[in-house]
This record gives sequence, structure tokens and C-alpha cells, in this order.
Amino acid sequence: MRAMQRSISKLQDRVADWLLTMVATGGMLFLYIPVLVLIIFSFNDNRSLTLPLRGFTLKWYESFINNADMLVAIRNSLYVATVATMVTIVIGTIAAFALDRVDFPGKLLFRRLILLPIALPGIITGISMLNMFKLMGINLSLETVILGHATGLVSIVVTQVFARLQRFNRRIEEASSDLGARPWQTFFFVTLPNIRSAIIGSALLSFTVSFDEIPVTFFLTGRDNTLPMYIYSTLRRGITPEINAVGTIIVVLSLGLIVLSVYLLRDSEKE
Amino acid sequence: MTAPRDSSGPDNRVTAMLLLPTTLWFLLLLVMPLVVIAVFSLGERAPAGGYQPALTLAQYANLPARLKAFTNTLTLAPLGTLLCVLMAYPLAYFLVFKIRNNQLRAALYMAVIVPLWVSYLLRAYTWKTILGREGILNSFLVWTGILDKPTDIFLYNQFSMVVTLTYIFVPFMVMPIYTALEKIPRSMIEASKDLGVGPIRTFLRVTLPLSMPGVIAGATFTICLTFGDFVAAFLVGGPNGAMIATIIQSQFGATLNWPLGAALSIVVLVIVLTIVSLSDRLERVGRIDLD
Repeated sequence: MRAMQRSISKLQDRVADWLLTMVATGGMLFLYIPVLVLIIFSFNDNRSLTLPLRGFTLKWYESFINNADMLVAIRNSLYVATVATMVTIVIGTIAAFALDRVDFPGKLLFRRLILLPIALPGIITGISMLNMFKLMGINLSLETVILGHATGLVSIVVTQVFARLQRFNRRIEEASSDLGARPWQTFFFVTLPNIRSAIIGSALLSFTVSFDEIPVTFFLTGRDNTLPMYIYSTLRRGITPEINAVGTIIVVLSLGLIVLSVYLLRDSEKE
Repeated sequence: MTAPRDSSGPDNRVTAMLLLPTTLWFLLLLVMPLVVIAVFSLGERAPAGGYQPALTLAQYANLPARLKAFTNTLTLAPLGTLLCVLMAYPLAYFLVFKIRNNQLRAALYMAVIVPLWVSYLLRAYTWKTILGREGILNSFLVWTGILDKPTDIFLYNQFSMVVTLTYIFVPFMVMPIYTALEKIPRSMIEASKDLGVGPIRTFLRVTLPLSMPGVIAGATFTICLTFGDFVAAFLVGGPNGAMIATIIQSQFGATLNWPLGAALSIVVLVIVLTIVSLSDRLERVGRIDLD
């Protein structure tokens, strides 16, 4: 009886394992087939995205390089993502220090406020800022987009840097000041190097998110287009393999940035 | 020398230095804008489009006229979330319990969450190229002779919306579930097995309840994001696939009824905040302390 029960349970185990492996493999395929499709069709010598494949070509990359509008859009995106990341890093790091180091009335409210953008859909952030800017008579430009991105991204930086600060051993700072270092010296030579990887990691994440952000950008940009906005507007006219070429480049670049940032954030957790 | 924590003189200055810029930033760029749309939502549409001051609830009373977008969003958000759970849970479970090699597990986990950061727009766009009439799936089916001519059934309907939303949000779901499963001590599962409980009942009685907080966190995120999505609807939703966010977006584009757009935004904001606080409470009730 016992033996039979055990063998039934073993059989159950094996069937469950098999099913699980199937579903997990299916999930992985589901995640990656569209990415592969994007990449494969960016090299396919056919204007329409249909099977069978027609042969290898680089002409979609060529026409992308010769597309002046798109290059301007890329430059705009780089500008927005770079400045928004710098701003959000400064604000986010200061906020993380405030949460970690000092007590003040209304701290809970402050914390809620800072973490609000995580749950807030981008469209709400975008529209509410759009209305305020209109009300104040501020013209929309790439700079208003930067303000929007920086506000939306602060939560990423705060959570990462705050987590790092919580694990940080404050004795090191005390030792530094006991040895006669001024507060600013302690900050720049002791504290900052210790939270560096968390800051760089969240900066890379912020940059990637800002680079292909749409909902906030859609409402806050003036005449200038960022790359995702440019792609969005060309999609109105129809699909071209050129978009697959740009997409492939974006995928490869963001993969690089992300692997790097995950690596850095993971590293900071181990220390 | 006293540690900075205890001293009160310069500490106040430091506190002010830390709080002033951040508080100002958030008041100006997060709170103020939300107040502005709350006020706008009580206004009227100016004859030429835009906003005209008024104090009326007309926009809110007008919301049932947009019922289609609400029903779309309220069916797609839970449906997409459910599919995400059904796909993400086995995947996370497989990674945590079946992959023994730590490095391989870390690499596979990264492979799952990487698509998360690869352009939202492009992820929705590829589904348009796959499911369309002239798309890859259709041409594949015709090429292999399964269909004699391309069909329209794949794109511009609830099906394509659900597939795309699920695709976009699966990584968001895997992340918290993976973290929750990783925290469960193996000894608890072994103890249950040693007591003669079968694998399926062990899963239902031990593993699943302990991983619920992860499922709740992921579901919250997915639902909130679905409420804000207009990109997927634009690309694969079709004429009847408008979501709440689509309607909001169009009020600030073609139709220019700002107060209506503002009122809809406020409704979405309230729904999202309700979901977040509900899940917060649910998680606290469901949490089982392992320490």
C-alpha cells in the first residue's frame, strides 16, 4: 500500500515536471518569438512583412541611416534621456537620503508622494502636466518632456538608492569624521563611492526607459519628435521594414544597457 | 565629536537642504498638475475647444456615454492579468525550483525580464506585424496551405489586444512571483513531502499560499498599467478597441474637450489608487511571517 502510494506520488511528480517544463518553454518562446521576428525581418529583402523570406539585405539599415528626420529624432531622444536621467538622479538621490537619514513631520506623506509615479499611468502624468503648462502659458518643448520624464522616473532611483543606503554601514562615515574629514569630504570620498553602483544602475535604467517613453512624451512635446514619437507617427501611415531595422538597433542597444544595469544593481546587493 | 545623527544644530540645515528641493519639485510637478486636472474636470469645453472655467459635474455625468471604453478596459485588464499569471507563475516556478544551477537560473531570469525594458512601442508593434492580414502569421498559414486566403480574425479585436497586453506585461508578473517563490524555505516543502503529502497538495497548501503576495503585487502593477495604455489599443485595438486611455488621449487631440479628458483622468487616478490600496491591504492580510 505504502509502496503503491509512493509510486503514484512519483508518477504525479514526473507528469507535473513534464507539464511545467512545457509551459515554461512555451512562455519563453512567447517572449522571444516577436523579438526574433523583428530582427529577422529587418534583414529580409521584401517590402512587405510576409513569409517566405526572400533573402538577406542591409537596405533597410541603409535607408534608416539616410533618413534625416529619424536621425534628428534620435538626437532629440538622446538629449531628453541624458538630461532627464541627470536630473532624476540628483532629485532621486537627495530624496533617498532624506528618507534614510532624517526624520521630519509628514515623512510618510513625503514617501507616498515620491513613490506615486510608479503606480501612476504615464498618461495621467503627461496630461496633468500638459494642463498645468498650458495654464501657466509655458510652451511645450523637449525641455517640458524632460521635466515629465524626470518626475516619472524619480521613483526608480529612490527605491534603488534607498535600498542601498539602508544596507550601508554608517560606522564608516563616523570613522571618516573621527579621522578629521569634513562632512563634504566624507560624503564625496566615503558615502558616494559606496552607493555608486546603485546610482549608475538606476541611471542606466532611467536612461533606457526615458529613451523609449511614449505616454508622457506624447503630451508634453512641442514640434520636436523623439524617436519613439517619430516611429509612432510613421506607424499611422503603415508598416515598413525600416522600422524593424531601427527596432533591431534599439533592442540590441537596450539589451546591452540593461544587462549592464542589472549586473551593477545585483552587484550592489551582494556587497 | 558627535555622530551627525545626534547633533541638532547643523542637522536642521541638512534636513532643510534635503527636503526643500525635492518637496518643491514634487509639489510643482506632481501635486500641482493633479490639482489642475481636478479643477479642469469641473469645467466646461470652450466653444473653440479647450477649457473654460465653470463649476459643474456635467463631465462626470457624461461618462456613461463612454461605456464602451470602460467595458473594454474593465474586461481586458483583468483578462490580460489572469493570462499573465497563468503564464508567469509556471515560468517563475520552473526557474526557482527546477533549475538547480545558480548561474543558469540567474541568466534565464534575466532573459525573462530583459524584454521588459525593450521598447514598449516595438513590443506592441511586432504583434501588429505578426497578426495582420498581410502579416507573418497569415502568410505562414497560406504558404503552408493551412488557409487558402489570409484571414482578418487575428488583428483589431479583443484577441489581439489580450495577446499584446499579455505579452507586454508578463515580465512584470514573473518578477514579483519569482522573488516570492525564492523566499520560501525549501525545508518547508520537504517537510510537507516527508509527512506524506503529495506534490499537488503540497503545492496547493504550502507553495501557492506563500507566493500569493508576489502574485498580488504583479497583478496590481499589470492592472494599473493596462488602465493607462493607449499605445497597444492604437496599434492592435481596431475601431471598437478603444480603451479609457484612448478616449482621454483623443480629448487632448482631435476633439479638444479638455474638461472631459480631465474628468476621465481623475476617474482612472481614483481607480488606480483604489487598486493599489486594496492590494496593499490584501497583501498585509495574506502575509505569513516566516521569520
